Amino acid sequence: MTESPIASQSPLLQMQGIEKSFPGVRALRGVDLTLRSGEVLALLGENGAGKSTLIKMLGGAHQPDQGTIRISGQPVNLSSPIAAISAGIGVIYQEFNLVPRLSAWENIFFGRERSSGFVNRNMERRRSKELFDQIGVPVPIDTPCGELSIAQQQLVEIAKALSQDARLIVMDEPSAAITPQEVERLFHIIRDLRSRGIGVIYISHRLDEIFTIADRVVVLRDGQLAGEGETRSLTRQQLIEWMVGREIQNEFPKARHTRDRIRLSVRNLNRGNIVRDVSFDIRAGEVLGMTGLIGAGRTETARLIFGADRHDSGQISLDGHSLHIRSPRDAIRNGICLLTEDRKGQGLVLTSSVRENFGLPNLKNLSRFGLVNQTKERSAFSTYVDQLQIKIPNQDQLARNLSGGNQQKVVLAKWLERNAEVLIFDEPTRGIDVGAKYEIYLLINELAKQGKAILMISSELPEVIGMSDRILVMHEGRITGEIEEATTATQEQIMEMAVA
Amino acid sequence: MNNAITRFLGTSPLVRDYGMSFVLLLLVGLFSALTLKQQHPTGADAGRQVADLILVRHTKPRVLVITRNTPEDVEFSNAAIKRLEEKGARVLATVRGAAPDAKQSIEEVLKSGESIDAIAANDVTAKWTVYDRFPEVGAGKCVVPASYTWPDFLKVSNLLGVANQTAIYAIIAIGMTMVIITAGIDLSVGSLVALASVCVSILLRDCFGGISAGVAAVIIASTTSVLVCALAGAFNGFMITAFRIPPFIVTLGMMMMASGLSFKLSMGQSIPELPSSFFWLGRGHIFGIPNPILLMLALYMIAHIVMSRMVLGRYIYSIGGNEEAARLSGVPVTRVQLAVYTICGALAGLGGIVLTSQLSAGDPKFGLMYELEVIAAVVVGGTSLMGGQGKIFGTLIGAFIIAVIKNGMNLTDVDPFNQKIVLGAVLMIAVLLDTLRRKKGHR
Repeated sequence: MTESPIASQSPLLQMQGIEKSFPGVRALRGVDLTLRSGEVLALLGENGAGKSTLIKMLGGAHQPDQGTIRISGQPVNLSSPIAAISAGIGVIYQEFNLVPRLSAWENIFFGRERSSGFVNRNMERRRSKELFDQIGVPVPIDTPCGELSIAQQQLVEIAKALSQDARLIVMDEPSAAITPQEVERLFHIIRDLRSRGIGVIYISHRLDEIFTIADRVVVLRDGQLAGEGETRSLTRQQLIEWMVGREIQNEFPKARHTRDRIRLSVRNLNRGNIVRDVSFDIRAGEVLGMTGLIGAGRTETARLIFGADRHDSGQISLDGHSLHIRSPRDAIRNGICLLTEDRKGQGLVLTSSVRENFGLPNLKNLSRFGLVNQTKERSAFSTYVDQLQIKIPNQDQLARNLSGGNQQKVVLAKWLERNAEVLIFDEPTRGIDVGAKYEIYLLINELAKQGKAILMISSELPEVIGMSDRILVMHEGRITGEIEEATTATQEQIMEMAVA
Repeated sequence: MNNAITRFLGTSPLVRDYGMSFVLLLLVGLFSALTLKQQHPTGADAGRQVADLILVRHTKPRVLVITRNTPEDVEFSNAAIKRLEEKGARVLATVRGAAPDAKQSIEEVLKSGESIDAIAANDVTAKWTVYDRFPEVGAGKCVVPASYTWPDFLKVSNLLGVANQTAIYAIIAIGMTMVIITAGIDLSVGSLVALASVCVSILLRDCFGGISAGVAAVIIASTTSVLVCALAGAFNGFMITAFRIPPFIVTLGMMMMASGLSFKLSMGQSIPELPSSFFWLGRGHIFGIPNPILLMLALYMIAHIVMSRMVLGRYIYSIGGNEEAARLSGVPVTRVQLAVYTICGALAGLGGIVLTSQLSAGDPKFGLMYELEVIAAVVVGGTSLMGGQGKIFGTLIGAFIIAVIKNGMNLTDVDPFNQKIVLGAVLMIAVLLDTLRRKKGHR
């Protein structure tokens, strides 16, 4: 890539004195940010720190109230997403901008179809294939995106940004939904981009990744710059302190409890070739970690136990009694809860208030003659608001207005009120900041102490190793490995089982 | 500019919660101002008022009472005569008719040698010129009730009329609101109005003896017809939940089927053989308020409680907001959807019964295009077609906004073609406001 003399002198991106307010919130207060060509900059901060607002500005979705944005020294007005794309900025949001009904290749070229209104089908398909080859993962380019897994959809987003020949690519938690193996591939791509002079802003909650990939780190807190520095001169501890504004001693506060009788027992669970012959037990007070690559059948297994999908064959029993679960309603009635991986799509009714969301599975206990006892509901919920430190102005707040961590706590509250015996957590800390993560870990400990059986599905290996008693690894619908004592496990050992 | 509007709409709780009632008040104010007019009182009160005026001016007066032969004038005349005679006045003659009748009557009175002290008249009869033909009489002897300035729109009779006509739409709109909040739609309500109308009249005519049918028969026939429509609604719900056919298509099919069935059953004819007890629902009053209005208000109270306080209401909102999340939270999605379409069908049937009672005949042509009116009321009332959001009383206000605009345009002589254009624009503006508000909410 050739660069003009001016471009090489001035930084690729220069944001100065950026201010942005929303009604009731000052999201950004005078933020400066600089990115050079061929540099990978990690942007860190808890939820609500202002990262999203900042990158939405780069994507043209928000405009700053004050401050200037320069690309290669030239002031730019990113008044719309199109303006951002033509300024050479590609933003990959955490929530995908894909049309679910269109195939991967159609999405990649969506809105940029060439040649006078006609779709150049062959060219676009060929180019899409090349892009996926570059990423190193074969994605079925003709399948509608809505039918692809979360990981695959994200790859389509990445391919789309790559196809736009952006000089600056912003990735908002690109690793949140993909497996360690796929993260490695992503890093490969990022290093490749860097060597071609492209600047990358990388957002992640996973500190390990930051140290692997980023050249420099910028930390935001409460809309201001909390810290900045070259990655090699920084420590993990330092970053966490910048993010939360205080010290955190232990990332995984695992407590061990006596594991006694078997509570949940799953035998020979099958569904097509997605889940094959899965059997395991969970004892009272045990946290069973379950991991594997995306598509290994972990979430699908959870959904079968919860009755969200029907199993072809297999037995599920709780405390020695065989259960016939035909729907989530049955599972909930029998004391099984599922905290879904897709919080917004499956966990919450975003258009309803947080209190209504909390009440939804608990209305039987909170109502009489079909009439909801709102006083009882309010007081029940306020217990959890205090206990889980859910930050909401009032209980009538709509669920969609909450940050990810607080949303997850509302989902947790609704299941805790059910007082279920078996809790299935599917990616409980995905997209959640360090502080909230820690609180969720403490809660998992507490539940185990109460003698509940806990199944924790996670792609984050340090989390699985750090928080589980025992670990199961799945691959292509089967359980391919078990580690009896989680403390002895290593990431390499798990990965071997996951790809076996 | 656009930003400022969305910010205003999204952030002010006043606008968010009461925006539509504000619009309704604005319209009421507008049409009141446009229809402000000199009003001439009629009826019994006016009659007594005129009698008292005459009695103040004369002792033991000899009076002529001259009115037209309309029900209101007859009431006026009767009340005036009663009051005059109580207070010792003599009523020489009573005219209920046109100017020539008055002339003839005056001639007769004068011929018999009586003199006339005063004429009790109203604003119309006082303007007749016959009085000046008799030197002994003269228009100056006419006494009329005092007039006052008041908008035509705000006359009690007009307001009750508007409410009475809106009641049916509003009743059906309750069910439609529930359906739309689940992110569905029901196009069959208009045809179900016709089906209920035909059903109840055929039952009364063929099974219970038509005009001579008793109260029990009326109740049985009406309930059966509502149940038939509820069943049709349940069938809609079944097709939608069991086979995942889009509600638009299922209810479009039901719309055609129910309409066809209505025409087939009635052989395309209107059925007027109905007993008088059947008309109580649509044309009766309690404390001067028409029964359809009372029924509407009662149903809205119940629906409001169901939607805001009851488990069913919570389930309905959650399904519309996020069906998958609702299902995974243990909401019996299929049962709730069945219930909602059944309720919608039943309320459409009830609307059909009220309409039949109001218009005193069953007719397969009733309810034509009602589904669109009703959907418009729901949308104007602030319920989102995307589901999950909306308020029952919003729909009532929406129905009245449409009704007030129609009535106001009639009173101000807007031509009917222009009326349609205005109503279409109102619908679009309502959806536009909703969209802008949503955009803001989605930050």
